[in-house]
Parts: sequence; C-alpha cells; structure tokens
Amino acid sequence: MKKKHIITRRTALITGVTALASYWLYRTVKSPQVPTYGNILRSGDNFTYEAQRALLSKRALVKEYSRSDISSFPATGTLDPGDEKNKSFSKDYALTHRNQFSDWKLSVEGRVARPGLYSLATLQSMPARTQITRHTCEEGWTAVGEWTGVPLSQLLLHAGIFPSARFVNFYAYDDYQDSIDMIDAFHPQTILAYGMNGKPLPIQHGAPLRLRVETQIGYKSMKYLRRLVVTDNYVDPGDSGWAWYTGI
Amino acid sequence: MHNPWVKITHWIGTISFLFLVYTGVEILMVHPRLYWGDVGNDLTPALFELPISRNYHHHGWTTSQPFFETSQSPVSAGRTYDIFNENGWGRSLHFLNAWVLVAVGLIYLLTGLYTRHFRRNLLPTRNEMSFRGLARDMAGHFRHGMAFVKGPEYGLLQKLSYCLVLFFLVPVIVLTGLTMSPAVAASHPWLLTIFFGAQSARTIHFFCAVLLVLFLIVHVVMVLRSRLTKTPTIGKTQLP
Repeated sequence: MKKKHIITRRTALITGVTALASYWLYRTVKSPQVPTYGNILRSGDNFTYEAQRALLSKRALVKEYSRSDISSFPATGTLDPGDEKNKSFSKDYALTHRNQFSDWKLSVEGRVARPGLYSLATLQSMPARTQITRHTCEEGWTAVGEWTGVPLSQLLLHAGIFPSARFVNFYAYDDYQDSIDMIDAFHPQTILAYGMNGKPLPIQHGAPLRLRVETQIGYKSMKYLRRLVVTDNYVDPGDSGWAWYTGI
Repeated sequence: MHNPWVKITHWIGTISFLFLVYTGVEILMVHPRLYWGDVGNDLTPALFELPISRNYHHHGWTTSQPFFETSQSPVSAGRTYDIFNENGWGRSLHFLNAWVLVAVGLIYLLTGLYTRHFRRNLLPTRNEMSFRGLARDMAGHFRHGMAFVKGPEYGLLQKLSYCLVLFFLVPVIVLTGLTMSPAVAASHPWLLTIFFGAQSARTIHFFCAVLLVLFLIVHVVMVLRSRLTKTPTIGKTQLP
C-alpha cells in the first residue's frame, strides 16, 4: 500500500533544495546585470560572476609568495604607448615619459566628494602595500612578481567616494577602458602599483602606474593608467568580445 | 533498460563535454606549453610543448632584461608577435558548458544516490572484489573478445572503470579547473596545495581530459557493440 498523503523526508528534501535553488536563480536573474549584448556567452559570464559573488569569500586574500619565488615575467599587449610605431600611440604619454613622469597625474573623477589630480609623488606619500602575487593570464601562463603601490581603497576613501557608487572605471594611455565593481575595488590586494620587484614600474609593465586586481585574470590589471572615474551605474564600453568579469 | 534520468543526463552531459573538449583544445592552442608548480610562461622552461597553433615554439620576444643584478635573475621580455588567441569566446564557451555539466552532473549524482543506481549497479560488491575475479575478467576480455548483456548488469572491469571516471577523474578535472580561477583559489587556497600549484593543476586538468576522451571513445564503442549482441558479461555466469 502506498501512503500517498504523507510528506516523506525525500519529497521534503527535494522540494526544499529545488525551492532554494529557484530562489537563488530568481535573485540572480533579477539583480542588476552588466550588458549581455543578447549574447549567451556573456550571460554565462554574468552567471559565473553572480555565482562567485554568492559562494566565495569577498575578502579572502590571494596567495602571497616570498622574494625567492619571483619569476621571469612576460610583457604582453601594449609595450610602450609612447612609441610612434605603435597602433595605440599616445602623444601625451610620449611627452610625460620624456619628463620621467614628473608632470604625470592621475585624474580621479565621478562620484567622489573631492575629485582631483594625483601626482606620482602624492601617491607614493600615501600608505603603501607591497605584495608578491601570481599573475594569471587568460592565455594560460602565470608569473610571480612583487608589486608596490597604494591600495585602491585608500585612494577612494581619500577622494571621498559616495555611498551610491558601484563601479570604478579605468582609462589608459593606450585607449583601453575597463571597470571593476566595489567588491574588487575595496579588496585589500587591489592596488595602484608604481613599483615592481623593488624598482619603479618598467615601461613594458605599465609605467608609471598600473592596476593590480589579484582576484581576477591578468587583463583586468590595466597598464598605463591616466584616469579613474567612479560611477553609480555600469558604463558600457560595448562588447569587446571578452568577459567583463574574470574571477575564473 | 536505463532510468530516463540516466539517459537524459548522459546525453546532455556528453554534448557539453564535447564542447568542453573543443574549447579546451582552443584554449590550449593559445599557450600550448605545460608546466609544473605555480609558475610557467614563455620565459621559463616547460615540461613539454605541443605542436598546435602558430604559438608553438615562438621566439618573437624583445631582448630579456634582468630584474635583479644577480646572475640567475628572473627576466622580463616583451612579446612582439601576433599571437593566436580566440579565448574571448573560447573561455566563455568553456565555462558556460562547465555550468551545464555541473547542473546535469548534480542531477545525475542525486538521482544516482536516490535510485541507488551507484550502489546497486556501479560499486563492485564485496564478493566480486578479488584479484582472481579481476584477473579472470581481464583474461576474458582478451581471450573471448567482448560479450555483454543489455542494461545495468556490469562486469568487474566495467564497474571499476566507471567508478574511476565518476569518483576520481571527474572530481579531479573539476577541482583542477577551479584551482586555475584566481577568485576560487583566493577563497580556497588548499586547492593550490593539493595540486602542487596553479600550473600543475593546469597540467593535471589536461591529462584528465585526455583520459576522459579515451574513456568516452571506449565507452561509446562498447555501448554500440553491446547492442549487437545478447551474450552474457564475462565474469558473471548469467545466461541470456
């Protein structure tokens, strides 16, 4: 005889798990998303983003290495925006490079109480962080390097970020544009690096200032920074063909 | 006959697995070098390099600049060649199919436990688990060619290979994949420890994929052959 009317432990468990999963899916789909451009691949990237934000610690530090672990480090992408032969040649970069970056300034704009220009000397006078971390390139290679710079959180607090702010947008001399969310922006290991392996940041690696986002793939760590804009909403640079979130 | 859930999850799982292999090969073509440990790039020695894509053995690099004044100093060099790289869609498609496989994998796992498919059909029983049984099953495979019954009534070798795939290769390929994710490795640093580093995880991920492809080929051949014959499995003396 079947006991049809009784809720068994099995059905209760299955219903419970299904309900929880559906609720999570519903919340994921409803929460504000970066654009997918009607593209199933970008929807998958957003799903990974939501899943990692939901399941992983937002403050956990990436592994830090010792000085003896520092490895050879390929430089890829733009190698010198001041080189006229370069597709992404920047006259401004060539000029400030000629002055050894003494007149270089990082512009901090957008949803901050005190927008302004930060010289290299100003940034270097702020509390610094040095970390030896692994750079993971989407291509498949890795390299360990030591980075010295200002935690991005320091700079954002110094500029007086508004509570409604959700993204930090970065603009580089070689015309790259990208953004990260506030969780990665305030991660303790997200720094604006001016030093590499105990020396000023080399041109090949993004002098005078580059971003280090250690919780994401290498291409999020933008080189040759010139402008930083804090925004409440996602600024859509158009589909570059590459995932915006690359924690994976 | 198989449970419909076993069938459906097998079909969807196979399709997403084939997509994972396709995109996995594309990703490997971008950097066809494999390493051991945490670090590996074009300026460090590789375990081996696969002759796939124009990135194989490429020497388009600027002169190396040492970071330190020591003789064994690590170096930096800039890449000057146009690299083959289709990872923009390749990586995203890889992860999308990984999500599909996670979903059907969970359904398969839960129904497998729920219907006792694993315990009843896949796990070898205490009685059949012996070196003698294994030897007899192996000898049978070589001597008589192969013979099968329809449906889940598996031989010892068959059970062992299914268990190896389900409870070893699949977990290892999932975990090594996750080890390569910077965000996952930050939250779960033990992954880097158990797989000896990010590049070791990548290398293990590659070898697991090779073994799973080999398993898939053998599995499909066996299933097709089993449809053509109704003789009993070797190792079990069950008659048709």
